[in-house]
Amino acid sequence: MKRKHVIGFFIGVLRYLVIVSVCFVILRPLLAKVVSSFMMERDLYDQTVKWIPRNFTFENYRAMYLHMKYLTALRNSLAFSFLISLLQLASCTLVGYGLARFRFRAAKLIFALAIFTLIVPPQIIILPLYLNFRFFTIPFVMPKPGINLLDSIWPFVLMAASGTGFNNGLFIYIMRQFFKNSPKSLEEAAYIDGANAMQTFLRVMLPGAVPALVIVFLFAFVWQYNDYFFTGMYWPKAVLLSHTLDVAAQNYAHSLGAHFQGHYISLLNNTGMILFIMPLLILFGFTQRYFIESVERTGIVG
Amino acid sequence: MSAKRRSRLSLRAREAINGHLFTLPFVIGFIMMFLYPFIQSILFSFSKLEISSQGYTLTWIGLENYYNALFVNAEYPQLLVETALQMLRNVPLILVFSFFASILLNQQFKGRLFARVVFFLPVILSADIILRMESADYISAFLDSALAEEAAAQGTLGTIFSRGQLVSLLMYLKLPQGLVTYIVTGSEQVANIIRSSGVQILIFLAGLQSISPSLFEVAKIEGATGWECFWMITFPMLSPLIVTNIVYSIIDFFTVPSNPLVDFIKDNMFGGAGYGVAMAMSWLYFAFIALFLLLTAGLISRRVVYMD
Repeated sequence: MKRKHVIGFFIGVLRYLVIVSVCFVILRPLLAKVVSSFMMERDLYDQTVKWIPRNFTFENYRAMYLHMKYLTALRNSLAFSFLISLLQLASCTLVGYGLARFRFRAAKLIFALAIFTLIVPPQIIILPLYLNFRFFTIPFVMPKPGINLLDSIWPFVLMAASGTGFNNGLFIYIMRQFFKNSPKSLEEAAYIDGANAMQTFLRVMLPGAVPALVIVFLFAFVWQYNDYFFTGMYWPKAVLLSHTLDVAAQNYAHSLGAHFQGHYISLLNNTGMILFIMPLLILFGFTQRYFIESVERTGIVG
Repeated sequence: MSAKRRSRLSLRAREAINGHLFTLPFVIGFIMMFLYPFIQSILFSFSKLEISSQGYTLTWIGLENYYNALFVNAEYPQLLVETALQMLRNVPLILVFSFFASILLNQQFKGRLFARVVFFLPVILSADIILRMESADYISAFLDSALAEEAAAQGTLGTIFSRGQLVSLLMYLKLPQGLVTYIVTGSEQVANIIRSSGVQILIFLAGLQSISPSLFEVAKIEGATGWECFWMITFPMLSPLIVTNIVYSIIDFFTVPSNPLVDFIKDNMFGGAGYGVAMAMSWLYFAFIALFLLLTAGLISRRVVYMD
């Protein structure tokens, strides 16, 4: 009995050692960013300064706040991500439900295609998509040269509403698994009471699917907020945080008519990154329970 | 009588109609936003593409783009091989790490919620733009070197050994040379690996939660030890998820925009070697990924235990 206690104690200590060191590895870059964002340029060249800034300053924040057009860009980014992720949620939930609950011949094929969209690297289709959005037509409906959808929200709306946006195959997969695992009796009761498929879906199934809906929405939101690859491609003129962050340090240097050293640009970029991830961290702080526990409960694995 | 029969028939038909209606958005989207550009990109890779304000024209040039990608462009084949090697090194490490991390996070201990939140943070913070900036960041490199110096002086955890010491220790243990290099380069990638394991940990965690506790109870009653429970219950029950996670890790590694090859292709697309060559590069890359996925999934799924 005593021996068991000793072994248990050692395992406990070992566990904490591993967990603390992994947490350290993950948190350290974040901490380094926070620390350096309060430093002045000369602290970077001061050999004695490592973790605690000697010349404490808010100047970096002021400059980046200004040159990232922070309030406008943040509002745009949040509104844009909210709209797009809501559309993705709607389309992927519909499709996932359709695949989970109705038996029809094409269901298996459609599901396989949804998974296939996940495996193909986006580089393969971004160029043709770019051209299709540049000369957008619908066969038999719109005449040939087409209209230019680039530098507008439409490419994203179209892709989100049709469940072909970034990683939407994954969302379809999650929703399908969730609906497959939820009990059928409620639906049957609704059908007996004379509801049609859409009514049943909206009034009976959706309220029960909240955990899965939240997790899909959060993932969609975070990925859209973080996106730079696709927005940079199809909507380069948008004033989004990821775009303004990219050029803010350069703009600042330009406005002063100065040429910054690489180190100083890194310092400004670090400050900008803090400003960029702050809203996400706050969101994550409120919703981490959903992120971590819902994934377990949505039956992704099922 | 006939009304009854018709309604029974239409039940199935109605189900099929509803199924098609619910999935219609995706079917339309798939054809317009995926299948059509997918086919176009095959054509592009065999053609010379010219874009004007009125549209674009294609001229068929056969395999020239592929030839250019592989033999004229010196950087591409080299990057392709490097990326593949890097993936071969990282994916097994990611898998092992996320497997044990999930087992750890599934146990009861104080601060478990905090640990889970921290382990998951990288998923949220891995924006392209951040990864891009970090790769050009002098400060974290600077702090890294400062930390390494400190660690070398004090011998703190994780860097108990310097690289040289680690190599000589492993050589002393008479491990094969290849394994030694693997461990050493792997240990330099620790931060990278931990940071790209977030989703995999979640998937394993979800799997662990879905193992019925009665299995463990029965095993305990029969007198199995924790070690035996792990290899006889936990490991086989998680094995289907190992395949899922391998596939996820490979795709994640190949498509993350901070991957140098992805960047290289994008740079070539707009300037550099031109559209056609860039498309040929992406297709070679995709063929490579597909081959890889098929091979690994094929090799591993034979050993997987499925409950149903």
